[in-house]
Amino acid sequence: MPYKIISSTCTACTACEPVCPNVAIKEKNGTYIIEAKKCTECEGEDPQCVEVCPVDGCVVIDKSLPRYAA
Amino acid sequence: MPPKVIPIFANQAAPASGCGAKGGSGKSSCGSSAKPGDLSPEVWAKVKDHPCYSEQAHHHFARMHIAVAPACNIQCNYCNRKYDCANESRPGVVSEKLSPEMAAKKVLAVAAAIPQLSVVGIAGPGDALANPEKTFRTFSLIQKDAPDIKLCLSTNGLALPDHVQAIADLNVDHVTITINMTDPEVGELIYPWIYFNKKRWTGRDAAKILAERQMQGLEMLTAKGILVKVNSVMIPGVNDMHLAEVNRAVKSRGAFLHNIMPLISDPAHGTHYGLTGQRGPSPQELKELQDSCEGSMNLMRHCRQCRADAVGLLGEDRGEEFSTDKIAAMDVAYDPEPRQAYREYVERERSDQEAARASELAAMTGQAGAAKVLAAVTTKGGGRINQHFGHASEFQIYELSGAGAKFVGHRKVENYCQGGWGEEDVLEDVTAAIKDCAAVFTSKIGLCPRKDLSAAGIEVVDGYAHEYIESSLIAWFRQRMETAQPAASAA
Repeated sequence: MPYKIISSTCTACTACEPVCPNVAIKEKNGTYIIEAKKCTECEGEDPQCVEVCPVDGCVVIDKSLPRYAA
Repeated sequence: MPPKVIPIFANQAAPASGCGAKGGSGKSSCGSSAKPGDLSPEVWAKVKDHPCYSEQAHHHFARMHIAVAPACNIQCNYCNRKYDCANESRPGVVSEKLSPEMAAKKVLAVAAAIPQLSVVGIAGPGDALANPEKTFRTFSLIQKDAPDIKLCLSTNGLALPDHVQAIADLNVDHVTITINMTDPEVGELIYPWIYFNKKRWTGRDAAKILAERQMQGLEMLTAKGILVKVNSVMIPGVNDMHLAEVNRAVKSRGAFLHNIMPLISDPAHGTHYGLTGQRGPSPQELKELQDSCEGSMNLMRHCRQCRADAVGLLGEDRGEEFSTDKIAAMDVAYDPEPRQAYREYVERERSDQEAARASELAAMTGQAGAAKVLAAVTTKGGGRINQHFGHASEFQIYELSGAGAKFVGHRKVENYCQGGWGEEDVLEDVTAAIKDCAAVFTSKIGLCPRKDLSAAGIEVVDGYAHEYIESSLIAWFRQRMETAQPAASAA
């Protein structure tokens, strides 16, 4: 299950984009999105986008999608 | 194109004085009001055109902040970056974020329109060094496109030790670090978390890492001869008793200037402190703390806590004239000449003002004793009493004593005059804002406010219209002491 960004609460502060180890985050239409296929949930480490995001609850697990498969 | 905005307060003969200009006696208010004689020539050269590092310069020079750094690596309880609001004026707020290329173009556009511009700073709305690529790319573009403009940045210090070399390589002469504590027990009340080494840290651990990185960064910068200003937010009941210790810590590590600012905590801003009812300090509490820290360390008193996209002289914001669409439509070219001409004009103006001040001060021969009074001044800049009372959106406050006139702060008010006629309740607020002042110095004032101010015991002085602020204040104070003295000795 990859992470996703709730765009309605995203402030587009850009903090998550450079810290993603999988280069899965990019800007789209004034907000930021996580490409589900690239997100590994940071495999065993703290999810970097969640750690750096200033808005509580803005980056969450997307339960509708399957886990990352290498 | 003619440099049409050069403020025309010139053509006034300087009050005559044959007296050689001398630096203010030792420590005259802030590093800020330090004059050439108080500082080494190298330091004076660095601060003389920087409105934030020199109280003197803030009368003459303009700054702009470019909002290229939205990301942040820490969370502060006094900050909320969710809002992009045009009407709020406080740090961390911007109307629009800029790319480095847009920012460089904006600098050229502003420089062409405002010859007083001397400094471009990156102060967020996040942290300049949490966005190092954007910050340094922007600086190198500006350095290439507008080499006469000074560069400046502001940071929380967490990432600072990693970037000191890059800062030095780009000739950034001025760095501001926001340091609110050195003690993690205090820090954990201010910072809910930091993001460091790929991990979110909370509580005392977070504050300890932050404090160590800040001190390390400060030491590294001063070792390279970069001037460091330390900003501290005064939070009553949290760090107010601790800031004297912060002051000692940063002074011993070579900080040039300490700027203790009041917490802004309006609930409408949505900050943690705003929402939990944490109050900010009163102007009196702030001044008391500043006074107590003012040993040999320079204290900044003229900070206006401006937005991360502010443009203009301190206390004014012309940001709206330079929005992205407006700049996109502008054809801008680099022309340093009007700025050079303006800087030369300021140099002459400065030595005239300094000579006038020194001569007025020399005439004060002990009449003052230990007397001290506050005076409010309305000014549009240039170090002159040149603003109509009704147009003032702030008063500059000076403390007058036998030692001269010392800038001690400003008070923001609503303009009294709204399209030709005054608002009575606004006037009441204005009067209340300066009620501790003995006099208000202005270039012109209507009958009604004049009457109200007099009734409130504030003398209205318009006899020094368009003259220099400091020499006028000293002259007025001297006369006041002279007339007061016979009465006092007769009593």
